Amino acid sequence: MKYLTTIGLEVHVQLRTQSKMFCGCSSEFGAEPNTHVCPVCLGYPGAMPVMNREAVRKTIITGLMIGSKINEFSKFDRKSYFYPDMPKNYQISQYDKPLCVGGSVDIDVDGGIKRVAVTRIHLEEDVGKNMHFQNTSGVDFNRAGIPLMEIVSEPEISSPEEAFAYLLALKQILLYAGVSDCNLEEGNVRCDVNCSVRQEGQNEFGTKTEIKNLNTFKGVLNALKYEVVRQVETLESGGNICQETRRWDVDTGVTIAMRSKEYAHDYRYFPEPDLVPVVTTREQIEELQSNLPELPRYRRERFVKEYGIPEYDAAVLTADMSVAGYFEQAAKLSSNPKAISNWIMTEMLRLLSEKELDIRTVMITPSALAGLVKLTDDKVINSNSAKEVFAVLFDKGGDPNQIVKEKGLIQVSDSGAIEKFIEQAIADNPKSVADYLSGKEVAAKHILGQVMKLSRGKANPQLVGAILEEKLKVEKQKKNG
Amino acid sequence: MSFNVRNMTVHEALSLMERRECTSEQIIRGLLDEIRAVDGRIDAYLMVNEDDAINQAKAADRARAEGKKGKLLGVPIAVKDILNVRGQQCTCASRILSGYVSPYDATAVARLRSEGAVFVGRTNLDEFAMGSTTENSGFKVTKNPRNTDYVPGGSSGGSAAAVAGGEAIAALGTDTGGSVRLPAAFCGCVGLKPSYGRISRYGLTAYASSLDQIGPITKDVTDAAVLLGTMAGWDEMDSTSVKIPVPDYMAGLSGDLKNMKLGLPREYFVKGMDPEVEKIVRAAVAKCRALGAEIVDVSLPHTEYAVSTYYIIATAEASANLARFDGVRYGFRIKGASDPIDMYGKTRAAGFGPEVKRRIILGTYVLSSGYYDAYYLSAQKVRTLIRRDFENVFKQCDALLAPVSPTVAYRIGEKTGDPLQMYLGDIFTVTANLAGICGLSVPCGVNKEGLPVGLQVLGPAFGEEKILRIGHAYESAST
Repeated sequence: MKYLTTIGLEVHVQLRTQSKMFCGCSSEFGAEPNTHVCPVCLGYPGAMPVMNREAVRKTIITGLMIGSKINEFSKFDRKSYFYPDMPKNYQISQYDKPLCVGGSVDIDVDGGIKRVAVTRIHLEEDVGKNMHFQNTSGVDFNRAGIPLMEIVSEPEISSPEEAFAYLLALKQILLYAGVSDCNLEEGNVRCDVNCSVRQEGQNEFGTKTEIKNLNTFKGVLNALKYEVVRQVETLESGGNICQETRRWDVDTGVTIAMRSKEYAHDYRYFPEPDLVPVVTTREQIEELQSNLPELPRYRRERFVKEYGIPEYDAAVLTADMSVAGYFEQAAKLSSNPKAISNWIMTEMLRLLSEKELDIRTVMITPSALAGLVKLTDDKVINSNSAKEVFAVLFDKGGDPNQIVKEKGLIQVSDSGAIEKFIEQAIADNPKSVADYLSGKEVAAKHILGQVMKLSRGKANPQLVGAILEEKLKVEKQKKNG
Repeated sequence: MSFNVRNMTVHEALSLMERRECTSEQIIRGLLDEIRAVDGRIDAYLMVNEDDAINQAKAADRARAEGKKGKLLGVPIAVKDILNVRGQQCTCASRILSGYVSPYDATAVARLRSEGAVFVGRTNLDEFAMGSTTENSGFKVTKNPRNTDYVPGGSSGGSAAAVAGGEAIAALGTDTGGSVRLPAAFCGCVGLKPSYGRISRYGLTAYASSLDQIGPITKDVTDAAVLLGTMAGWDEMDSTSVKIPVPDYMAGLSGDLKNMKLGLPREYFVKGMDPEVEKIVRAAVAKCRALGAEIVDVSLPHTEYAVSTYYIIATAEASANLARFDGVRYGFRIKGASDPIDMYGKTRAAGFGPEVKRRIILGTYVLSSGYYDAYYLSAQKVRTLIRRDFENVFKQCDALLAPVSPTVAYRIGEKTGDPLQMYLGDIFTVTANLAGICGLSVPCGVNKEGLPVGLQVLGPAFGEEKILRIGHAYESAST
């Protein structure tokens, strides 16, 4: 029997803001427990929330990036439930008037593109973090009140792999939008997933389970893979799926039932009376729309069209927005974007990862890279020297022309000079010449290497190759003649 | 001493200090003597911080000597124990907040402090401001200084009793459904409930966020104007406070009612109300006419739904507002609980009194899925109708005159067995909170047992100038 899988994702994203959602406390990660707290985010008697406008702005930007409709009238609601990490025992969230409605995220599936619809994006406050010690438990409220954006997808994802691709695509959009650092280690992105299976041909969805609080994308992938198999096996063996909340156990690689939905909370939503509605005007929305960063997918397509680079290059370059930005700056200054792309994809990315550097603060400027490409294209330096220059630029920055001059790397393309190097190499390496003449063509490579060595790498290799070929031909004729 | 703190008003205290006829320290010491003398009988205060008050007074006296100014420099104010004052307790008269010390000043308190006010002590209330008699306090029952067999009204009963009993020059209360106006009426002092958004609620422990307002309880209308002027105005910490300029309330106290049109809402003079109260209020209305006002009959047709609407909205908001009292971060925590949920249940069972529990349960019920539309949503719709009633009548007149309550103060224990009967006593006051308008309670006489009756002046939203002018003119003509 063949089964179809249906998955929906709720992705919670911490927004990058200076302060928390409803108070002035810092939203910085990693401080000593309970040092970024105040009467508001600790839920002290009498304290009141004040909305963080930057968080609202970033949520709207996210909505615009994925084509949501922005609600000009939005509001906050209280969601009530008791838990020690919740200072007020209600969370300020959004119920029936979220900031953004609708939209979609395109994902790569089997060489094609699938459009996954998004139901809504709403804004809420994060909760604290429970810590368990040997005999006691504690709560760190530094996280309580950090702006949290919840992006809810439609149940249109049909495999764990698609869910993974959706998360990657979403993360890329969020990074491009500059709304979140999406730092998974710091818990910036956390997912709840809904999953059900049904037999092919059956129209209505199967009973779904929810797996809560997955904080890595791999975790989502693996938990879903396990859950799909578990559900199919349960049905195959004649069992029923319970509508329940489950938890992913990383260590054992299984999902475990937490609580049944029958005892689901009644959250008793009602409008937050301590806040006024969020009104966003048409003009404000248009203003944000007109300053919106380009979607990664569009940038990828544009790079192929505008710079004539291969699809593969465009994908690698646009994976990270700052790399893409760097490429574009350099490519604009160059007549050879493919060479720029090659430099970035090979040397640059390798050195960045080796030295754990960020392309935004790297010493080599885009114009220096464009200059280096021009020096190579104009045959002023050869590719060996270019690598040497790149290394200097990467470490210290500066002007490639200057470096070439200082290091005396200008390529020797004077055939007289090259002929002298070749004659000397032939004289110094009689064995190689003899090998060549006896039919070992590879011996010519060795001689060429010797020529380059004699020129201290500066000889134009194409020219060396051509002249050397001529010279060897002459030697051959001499021998045969 | 050439002065008497028992009857001293804020403006009298200020002019005495201004003329160097007495110091703030002398006033505070006099007040502390009064408290020692009578509070054992009245139980208005939950806590009096003698040393701290004397130190604040000394600082105020030094500031005055140095030529510093302040609208309330050296004036002692008693504060309802639901408003946060930095370094002081804020129990809300609930055991669940025992041990809690406030780390911050409420905005209203901070504004009084920056004008030099001195904070004497914390006054009793119905637990979390839920009640109309101050019998629901988790600590003690405050008595009416006019006759200690009677309740002072509530929930700001401690503040009203302290002012009426000569134990405070002026006090702060909070009014969610009449909690400033009712005790002011029962004790014979002036109580002002400003329009919603006029004074920041930041630091007022929320009972019902969309209804709560801080208000002064004073010996005369002038003092109410002084305190309102100091506390009013937009506050970035309270998003529901309103950016409307604060007028000079004192300047509006002209003493006459010429060109004023005052409405008498027929729904506020109903069968079943105490005939003596009605007679006294109608006499006050006649006096206003004599002062130059034109009196017109008006109607607020949705008044009969106000009490049920109020109890749905107030309890719904309260059920969420009081959820934070869980024993985790501050206040009382039960010992020996097995897990967090067990701890919540036991802490809250032991920490809250019966009226608070009743309202939390009621509020939880009206917000429950399946009941939300029938209760909370309907109540919000009726609330809009009540607000429109007022908008309509304020097109016909400047302000309304009405009783504060259908009766005078109850005997202690008289209504505690029947909460519904007690809720109905709020019939003339909850409307102002539902509509967000302002209301003033001014003493207008006593019944034959000597229990005070209050005249209620209701004005449009942000029409405090008008109701203070009316209250002041009436008061000036009656004394």
